[in-house]
Amino acid sequence: MSEVFELQYALDTFYFLVCGALVMWMAAGFSMLEAGLVRTKNTTEILTKNVALYAIACTMYMVCGYAIMYDGGLLLSGIMGDGATGEADPATYAPSADFYFQVVFVATAMSIVSGAVAERMKLWAFLLFAVVLTGYIYPMEGSWTWGGASVFGLYTLGDLGFSDFAGSGIVHMAGAAAALAGVILLGARKGKYGANGAVNAIPGANLPLATLGTFILWMGWFGFNGGSVLATASVESANSVAVVFMNTNAAAAGGLIAALILAKALFGKADLTMALNGALAGLVAITAEPSTPTPLQATLFGALGGILVVFSILTLDKLKIDDPVGAISVHGVVGLLGLLLVPFTNDGSSFSGQLIGALTIFVWVFVTSYIAWYVIKVIMGLRVSEEEEANGVDLVECGMEAYPEFTSSKS
Amino acid sequence: MKMVTAIIKPFKLDEVREALGDLGVTGVTVTEVKGFGRQKGHTELYRGAEYVVDFLPKVKLEIALADELVERAVEAITSAAQTGKIGDGKIFITNTEQVIRIRTGETGADAI
Repeated sequence: MSEVFELQYALDTFYFLVCGALVMWMAAGFSMLEAGLVRTKNTTEILTKNVALYAIACTMYMVCGYAIMYDGGLLLSGIMGDGATGEADPATYAPSADFYFQVVFVATAMSIVSGAVAERMKLWAFLLFAVVLTGYIYPMEGSWTWGGASVFGLYTLGDLGFSDFAGSGIVHMAGAAAALAGVILLGARKGKYGANGAVNAIPGANLPLATLGTFILWMGWFGFNGGSVLATASVESANSVAVVFMNTNAAAAGGLIAALILAKALFGKADLTMALNGALAGLVAITAEPSTPTPLQATLFGALGGILVVFSILTLDKLKIDDPVGAISVHGVVGLLGLLLVPFTNDGSSFSGQLIGALTIFVWVFVTSYIAWYVIKVIMGLRVSEEEEANGVDLVECGMEAYPEFTSSKS
Repeated sequence: MKMVTAIIKPFKLDEVREALGDLGVTGVTVTEVKGFGRQKGHTELYRGAEYVVDFLPKVKLEIALADELVERAVEAITSAAQTGKIGDGKIFITNTEQVIRIRTGETGADAI
């Protein structure tokens, strides 16, 4: 083994791990974004869901998820080995680094669900669903895409020209499809929709937290997209990484500007929450292919996402699909846009391939999630009682408020 | 003795505090409150959906005064808090039966 190769192996592994840590930090971003966009009485519970789902995703993916997705052994058997020895075409990073980078993506997909079902779903029903999504539903569609396996032996997405660089569809749209199925079975928050098609606002409690969450996600996304180059220790991969960082940033900026201006034009005032969703939409839009667009194209793709997300949020409200944080619009609708933009700059993909891939992911995740949610509903119910919802889920589920006042010790 | 309760616009608090201080008023209790009067509320949009802000933020001052100070105090508050636009607030004057300073047990005007 040459010293140059050893250096490459060390550097690529190191890069992979740092990017994984950045993506792990997106869990903090989702937590803050969601804590900011719910009411104070539901803060502790949404934070509990976020930390717990992260831990569940890590554990389920370790137990069986990674094995299903990449055809390996249960409980990561063999993961401790050396990625470079005994292989004809050796990987340039440690097998355990690959697992670490993959596992934080599963957690991201599940994080998308928590925001959409916020303020009314039972904590333990949600956590039970997290087990199913991260242990089975996501790994299955992951095996057909990044895993390269055929879809139940019928067709192979890679052969059809399907390409999803860092997961606009595989991670983001998948999370949104699971969320949509949950929201349909769960129903809207009480008071969100009035008679005669009235849509009532339920303003979020803490916009500084929502903004901090968006910045954390924006930063974590450099690991999400940048790490998906899978290497950095050669001129070619280093160039690619730099382009991906540049375009990821450009798309977020384009998405924010477009959503901010559109909100001002539609509503008369600059709606910060729409601007934040715009930045995230820009990021989701570029995630399917951040390595081939020019910076201008990346900015425009992001801006398209920013515009689409505002109209999508308004449309979902008209359909009475209540999504407190806009997760289904940001990750689902714009995730699909991201997939469909790939063939414009990447000759290796085709529109038909992208469409078939999107349909495959959506139908699989939506149908299996719907069944899972339905079974959970029958077993334990999805929704807290009307009174519990009015009082806030913090007290009923967690027994503590996020900002307690007038408490004294029991002496 | 009287209790003067004044509801004013929040940004006028400093000027009112200064005017009362100049009169020799020795204590004021201040609370941030919300309410509506003739100014009513206003409608805002959040993520494209309308919501009504029914109650506007105001500051409430409670001032216990000896009878001879009341008229001048009311004048001071009125001139300091006035903008001439709707929503300047109100002053309520009520009789105060007794005042007690907790530290010394003094009562009546001495306790103010």
